[in-house]
Amino acid sequence: MNATRKIADWIPAIAVFFLGVVVWQVSIDIFDIQKFLLPKPGSIVSAFWTQRSTLWSAGWLTLKEALGGFAIGSALGILFATALARFRRISAALMPIAIAANAVPIIAFSPIFNAWFDPLSPSPRIATAGVLCFFPVFVNTLRGLTSVKPAQIELMRSYAAGEIEIFRRVRVPTALPFVFSALKVATVLAMIGAIVADYFGTFGSLGITIKNSVSLFDFETAWAAILTASILGVAMYVAVSLVERFALQWDPTRQERGTA
Amino acid sequence: MTVVEIKGLTKTFPKGNVTALNGIDLQIEAGEFVSLIGPSGCGKSTLLRLIGDLTAPSEGTVEVNGKPAPRARADHDYGMVFQDSVLFDWRTVAKNVALPLEMLGWERAKRKQRVDEMLGLVELQGFGDHHPWQLSGGMQMRVAIARALAFEPALLLMDEPFGALDEMTRERLNIELLEIWRRMQSTVVFVTHSISEAVFLSTRVVVMSPRPGRIAGSVAVDLPQPRTNDTREETRFFELVTEVRELLRGVGADEHGSVGAEAR
Repeated sequence: MNATRKIADWIPAIAVFFLGVVVWQVSIDIFDIQKFLLPKPGSIVSAFWTQRSTLWSAGWLTLKEALGGFAIGSALGILFATALARFRRISAALMPIAIAANAVPIIAFSPIFNAWFDPLSPSPRIATAGVLCFFPVFVNTLRGLTSVKPAQIELMRSYAAGEIEIFRRVRVPTALPFVFSALKVATVLAMIGAIVADYFGTFGSLGITIKNSVSLFDFETAWAAILTASILGVAMYVAVSLVERFALQWDPTRQERGTA
Repeated sequence: MTVVEIKGLTKTFPKGNVTALNGIDLQIEAGEFVSLIGPSGCGKSTLLRLIGDLTAPSEGTVEVNGKPAPRARADHDYGMVFQDSVLFDWRTVAKNVALPLEMLGWERAKRKQRVDEMLGLVELQGFGDHHPWQLSGGMQMRVAIARALAFEPALLLMDEPFGALDEMTRERLNIELLEIWRRMQSTVVFVTHSISEAVFLSTRVVVMSPRPGRIAGSVAVDLPQPRTNDTREETRFFELVTEVRELLRGVGADEHGSVGAEAR
């Protein structure tokens, strides 16, 4: 019963999506929109199908860069936050800097990473995606680890619990919802980072496929590559959401929101 | 046997150089139910936290079960209940109650058996698999009490546990608490700002004065046990309430009987 209700919840969104696609398809004929402005969804899908093997291998290449950056950036973010949560003074000094760094358009550094790392290896793209992921995960994890209620610490101390036990039994569970919302943001950032870094010349990647197709006026292929990137980005986001749903079954705010 | 022995206790907070407690001497015997009552800023919660070694005295000594307070805390000699139930949302009710047992290294089967007993004691059988936020405020407080009693500490420290509950729930939980106290034969130190609650529950009410916190006097409550809802209507009950109120008036609490919520 619950499952059917959940499917029913999705019907309006699916209906609006297909309606949007139909309006898009029809209005291109009606308003005579040039295909370099916006191709028909039908021709995008057929380009996606005919060039599926190229797009798939390009998508796989870019996905590997995004995943690598996501894994390294998020792991370092969590690691740094965990280390700093122990030291209030240092984290108080670093927090404003981290928040400021988070506001820096890191993507602008992408060409620099090409100079730092071997541009023929995936390293500069992984670095771009990783640095993009690092800051939100770091800031949110640190915030989560330090937002434990004082009474909860007192309760643990009344049981003669040490710092490690308090960390394991109170700080980590308190931080988890913060960590997961940061990881979901990071999946999106990782894909953006990988694709933009691809633009600077990654042979056979999604980014370069988009760039080259546009310069050859092959807009259907460019859009099909964007569609591929979108599918992969959504897949990463959904994967993290599923882990979150499993790990945070207890979270009342998540239950109230229903699906998240 | 003396459970709590406080001698020449002074507590100063360096921030603003506030003397929270000054020259406190207090002795609590096994089996007593002692309430600490007084106006805001009299340091009654601080005194409770000193007994639990959650904060250290500036001067003087605190002994629990004949040991220095830090030793007693390390030995799990007391259970503590806070104003807010302080349950962990990520744990089920049963796992919240089991928390101190896990930390004491009890085996799973033994834990489960004790948790079942405790949930029975606070009349929450069948709620073990619920999460705290699915329960009412009164039920959450009962879980907190079950958790504090799970490892059978001889001493129970309670910091305004029923302060946030409505009057009817509070009166019902008062009777349940007395029943638990009688059955477990434990010693209770209970912080409250309700005069009638203090008189109803206690064998002794300790009245405190503010700025700096001192013990202004104490009232032995000679109401017969077990106490019931009828106890609240006895003449002796009103006499004792009046006695406590007079003492509070003497220390500068407001004129309307209620002492006012502790600023937290």
